Amino acid sequence: MSQQEKLLEIKNLTVHYETVDGTVRAVENLNLSVGAGQTLGLVGETGAGKTTTVKTIMRILPVPPSVIKSGEIFFKGEDLLKKTEKEMRSIRGAKISMIFQDPMTSLNPVLTVGEQIMEAIGLHNRVSKRKAIELAEEMLETVGIKGDRLSDYPHQFSGGMKQRVVIAMALACNPQLLIADEPTTALDVTIQAQVLELMQRLKRQYKTSLIMITHDLGIVAEICDYVAIMYAGQIVEYGSLEDIFLHAQHPYTKGLFSCIPDLYSDDKELIPIPGLMPDPSNLPSGCRFHTRCQYSFDRCEIQEPPSVEVSPGHHVKCFFAVPEKGEPQGTPLGRPV
Amino acid sequence: MIRYILRRILMMIPVMLGVTLIVFTMMYITPGDPAQIILGDNATPEAVAKLRAEMGLDDPFLVRYFRFVKDLLRGDLGICYATKQPVFDRLIQTFPNTVKLAAFAVVVSTIMGLSLGIISAAKQYSLFDNIAMLLAMMGNAMPNFWQGLLLMLVFSLWLGWLPASGFSSFKHMILPALTMGTSSAAVLARMTRSSMLEVIRADYISTARAKGQTEFKVIMHHAFRNAMIPVITTIGLQFGRQLGGAVLTESIFAIPGVGKMMVDAIKARNYPVVQGGVLLIALSLSIVNLVVDILYAYIDPRIKSQYK
Repeated sequence: MSQQEKLLEIKNLTVHYETVDGTVRAVENLNLSVGAGQTLGLVGETGAGKTTTVKTIMRILPVPPSVIKSGEIFFKGEDLLKKTEKEMRSIRGAKISMIFQDPMTSLNPVLTVGEQIMEAIGLHNRVSKRKAIELAEEMLETVGIKGDRLSDYPHQFSGGMKQRVVIAMALACNPQLLIADEPTTALDVTIQAQVLELMQRLKRQYKTSLIMITHDLGIVAEICDYVAIMYAGQIVEYGSLEDIFLHAQHPYTKGLFSCIPDLYSDDKELIPIPGLMPDPSNLPSGCRFHTRCQYSFDRCEIQEPPSVEVSPGHHVKCFFAVPEKGEPQGTPLGRPV
Repeated sequence: MIRYILRRILMMIPVMLGVTLIVFTMMYITPGDPAQIILGDNATPEAVAKLRAEMGLDDPFLVRYFRFVKDLLRGDLGICYATKQPVFDRLIQTFPNTVKLAAFAVVVSTIMGLSLGIISAAKQYSLFDNIAMLLAMMGNAMPNFWQGLLLMLVFSLWLGWLPASGFSSFKHMILPALTMGTSSAAVLARMTRSSMLEVIRADYISTARAKGQTEFKVIMHHAFRNAMIPVITTIGLQFGRQLGGAVLTESIFAIPGVGKMMVDAIKARNYPVVQGGVLLIALSLSIVNLVVDILYAYIDPRIKSQYK
């Protein structure tokens, strides 16, 4: 991917939460990029730092306790972390929009959905009230809700409908990048499919890039072009959908896949990844995954593995990562256990 | 909504009847003979007995109660033993003063309490927050009478800016309203802060920020409206408390209000005045509650949809 095509590029981003109980290293040395019109899946367990990452892009993390330690976030070549609050306000909602996890709580219960959609429109466009109503109605119709429900309150909608409203709100100003933080986790499976289908259709229609946070690999397979696997604040594997689904190299990624039931296999039991996510305020030394990794050996405890590009665009942060051609780059010092 | 309001107004009738029963019973079982009080210590037993018969004090409890309610429905609250005026007239003289004072105090406390509470929540754990919450604690802890005397000392005696007692002009209202408003403001500030903090972490606040809304509007338009239910409840309670319980403040500043009138009446066993005062306060509390309930519906559409 050349510099031109990259809509968003995160370089060496480190975000900490500094609390009285200690420093939480939520995101460390994170590198990511999203190309124009592409969909990136950000996958990981709860607490991996996915939401922190995207809220940092929007710069809506509460300060304090959050501190951006280092890094740059280039959006169309401009560093978002250097923007003033006022400049950020003109980007939020207009150029980068965000959809939150739970539609039940992401709409303001005391304002009509119309007011909430029109708010987004009015903030970034100089339009008359009548025109704003028209646009809001149009947006509702686009997501499959009758325009005359503009004056209804959120509690008058079902969960799936609310998420449609949220999507309408997020796309009201035709943003170039949409960030969806587990947009379907709180919905029924049947509604999930509808909402995903809607998001994909709108993404194509508006040529929006998408960052999809999820822990559902099924959703990733369905809509993502690129996938980043996050573990304890770091990206452990990054590559195209094919790289991740067919040529996964990181033990964590492999572990995630072995947790999915396979209809065509005779194995009755799923193989979970043993143990729990490490406490982010007390992360293990070396490779952060070594405490749960069945392949770990002494070097993993001491030294952090480098990110190895095993094939063009496919990065793996593990000593065992083997490039397609050539020598393994992180040669183990000892034998695997 | 209209039906809900009408139903609520109708529901006030049994409530008020209950109040009359309690008030009447309390006065009935209080020791002391009104006839004796009216006539004084030197009255002959014959004169007292004659007056008791005239006033119907010898009748059974229920007879007297129904007579009380019947008179009440005609707007007759009895005659004040001390001034021989109808109680109704005495209430009309004193109640406006109490309402004015309470309303002024509520305005003062709402402005102080809400602004302290909102800013404290928006800037949680900041220096402002810490100082504001310290002030709120002090405001809550200071006894009303002590604070009233202190204000009098500073602003009336030392600085000579404001009158210390009486109730003839707006200037006279400032110190008592401040006295009554401070503790309410303290309660309100803490309530507003905690209610705002609960709301400020909600997803829809992040949504509003993600839309590019300014922080001021995020706080006022999105967070505050959602935090208002407990705040409105508290304001209503404080207003009610001030309508009925401004006894100390009214006594200190010599304000001819219902509170002071009732304290004087209780000391003199002036039953009709006490009864009238309690009824009036109960009625105004019911009205304040009704208004608060109606306001809920305007603030929160989810509540409105239940009011059918």
